[in-house]
Amino acid sequence: MMDKSLKSTSARRNRNQRIGFAALGAISILTVVPILMIVVYIFVQGFPAISWEFLTGFPEDGMRSGGIFPAILGTVVLTFGTAIAVVPLGIAAAVYLAEYAADNGRTRAIRLAIINLAGIPSVVYGLFGLGIFVLALQFGTSILAASLTLGIMTLPIVISTAEEAMRTVPNEFRVVSISLGATKWQTIRRIVLPQSQPGIITGIILGLERAAGETAPILFTGAAFYLPTLPSTPLDPTMALPYHLYVIATQVPGMPTEIQYGTALVLLVIVLGLNLLATIIRSRARARRQW
Amino acid sequence: MNKISIENFSLRYSDGTESLRDISLDIPANSITVLFGPAGGGKSTMLRVLNRLNDLADVVHIAGRVILRETDGSEIDILDPKLDVTNLRRRIGMVFARPIVLPFSIRENLTYGLKMAGERDSQRLDRAVEVSLQQAALWEEVEDRLDDPAVKLSGGQQQRLCIARSLALEPEVILLDEPTSGLDPISTTKVEASLQGLKELYTIILVPHSIQQAARTADKAAFFLQGELIEYTDGREIFITPKDTRTQDYIEGRFG
Repeated sequence: MMDKSLKSTSARRNRNQRIGFAALGAISILTVVPILMIVVYIFVQGFPAISWEFLTGFPEDGMRSGGIFPAILGTVVLTFGTAIAVVPLGIAAAVYLAEYAADNGRTRAIRLAIINLAGIPSVVYGLFGLGIFVLALQFGTSILAASLTLGIMTLPIVISTAEEAMRTVPNEFRVVSISLGATKWQTIRRIVLPQSQPGIITGIILGLERAAGETAPILFTGAAFYLPTLPSTPLDPTMALPYHLYVIATQVPGMPTEIQYGTALVLLVIVLGLNLLATIIRSRARARRQW
Repeated sequence: MNKISIENFSLRYSDGTESLRDISLDIPANSITVLFGPAGGGKSTMLRVLNRLNDLADVVHIAGRVILRETDGSEIDILDPKLDVTNLRRRIGMVFARPIVLPFSIRENLTYGLKMAGERDSQRLDRAVEVSLQQAALWEEVEDRLDDPAVKLSGGQQQRLCIARSLALEPEVILLDEPTSGLDPISTTKVEASLQGLKELYTIILVPHSIQQAARTADKAAFFLQGELIEYTDGREIFITPKDTRTQDYIEGRFG
């Protein structure tokens, strides 16, 4: 009798558990729905516009026809510029925080500042860039000013992911390295940085992905409404995909929708492509890792 | 000759844990000196003073003298704040309780220390790899796969690799902190056998993982209890006729 009641209890538990799992599974599928809808919708609407001419040509007829090449190139250039600005600074700061900084009030203040930097709305970065880089430092509305602005915006992402990656390197490796007569810098250079490199690169790509897709920070600092020629120096302004999308979606009357969605599709592919790259680097590094 | 002399040495950590009180100890060259006793007695701390690994820890108070003696009789003050500690650590190697291989190949593990010291000559590096592996009784097992990742070795092989890695720097002293605590009896026997061979060339200081190991390996034995050195004599003597009742109680298994 005892056995029987036990059996029925466990059967009920099993059933409840299955219902629970099913509910959780359904909810998690629900979170995938919006992203899938966006991607599918943009793809369906925008794909007809994609052609060789669209990707490599200049805008024509007040941007109502022709291509978006200057905007694609501009986004690529701004992303590279951001990388040049953020990578050395971000890694240096992360090395300091992860390996050198003592756990004291000053370090906590620095961390707090970085966390808050990540929370600042991107339009505020835009205004800051306008004030500092465009006006005070007189870079003008330029690739340089926009890259530096995007770099500052990306900095907290790069610093925190790089610091996190360095912290996952087992401390024992550092102790062994020191005990073998290596200096602290040699230990960082030979062990900590190589071992955390995939995590650092992933963080950089995620940061650049955000920079590539932002409009507000470049709005006042480097993005041009329309340029008949490609920029030739870092002090020239440039067209860029996110701002171009904003312009053709709101500022140009009689704009064909397929060009709008085609532009959105190109931006989406660039950003998701960077994301995919980060995922591949991460999973390959995980497979290779020896600890 | 005494390779290392410790005089009236005291140490305290900032959180008050495991300190050392007034330790005086002469460690002879070319012998195995064993530091044994229950956990928390200060043995590991004593080892980490000798290669200044304690610099990484939060030490608040340090007093006394610790001297490393050269073969020509000249002395190095290990506690000197201005001492070149990277050079000291090349001369005083260390092997830890868990075999911690670096995430490189077997060969790169062995050449790491030398390369950090600036050695670039590949012939000399190759020679160091072979000699150190032979000294640690590992050469036959790995000679044809030196470029394999070191983590692929068994636990016992990894620990002998760690010993070889210290030896590759041709140190004068080797510190071993419970080097066989994670190993099976056969691997333990191999490691102990290689230590017996190594004392001809090096001064060895060992924190054993059991009293039996202490008794098997010790030329000299020091009994540490709660941060104090209770007794220090020749190996055989301390285990057969301990003078202090606390040493006797510990050896007979009444505590610890």
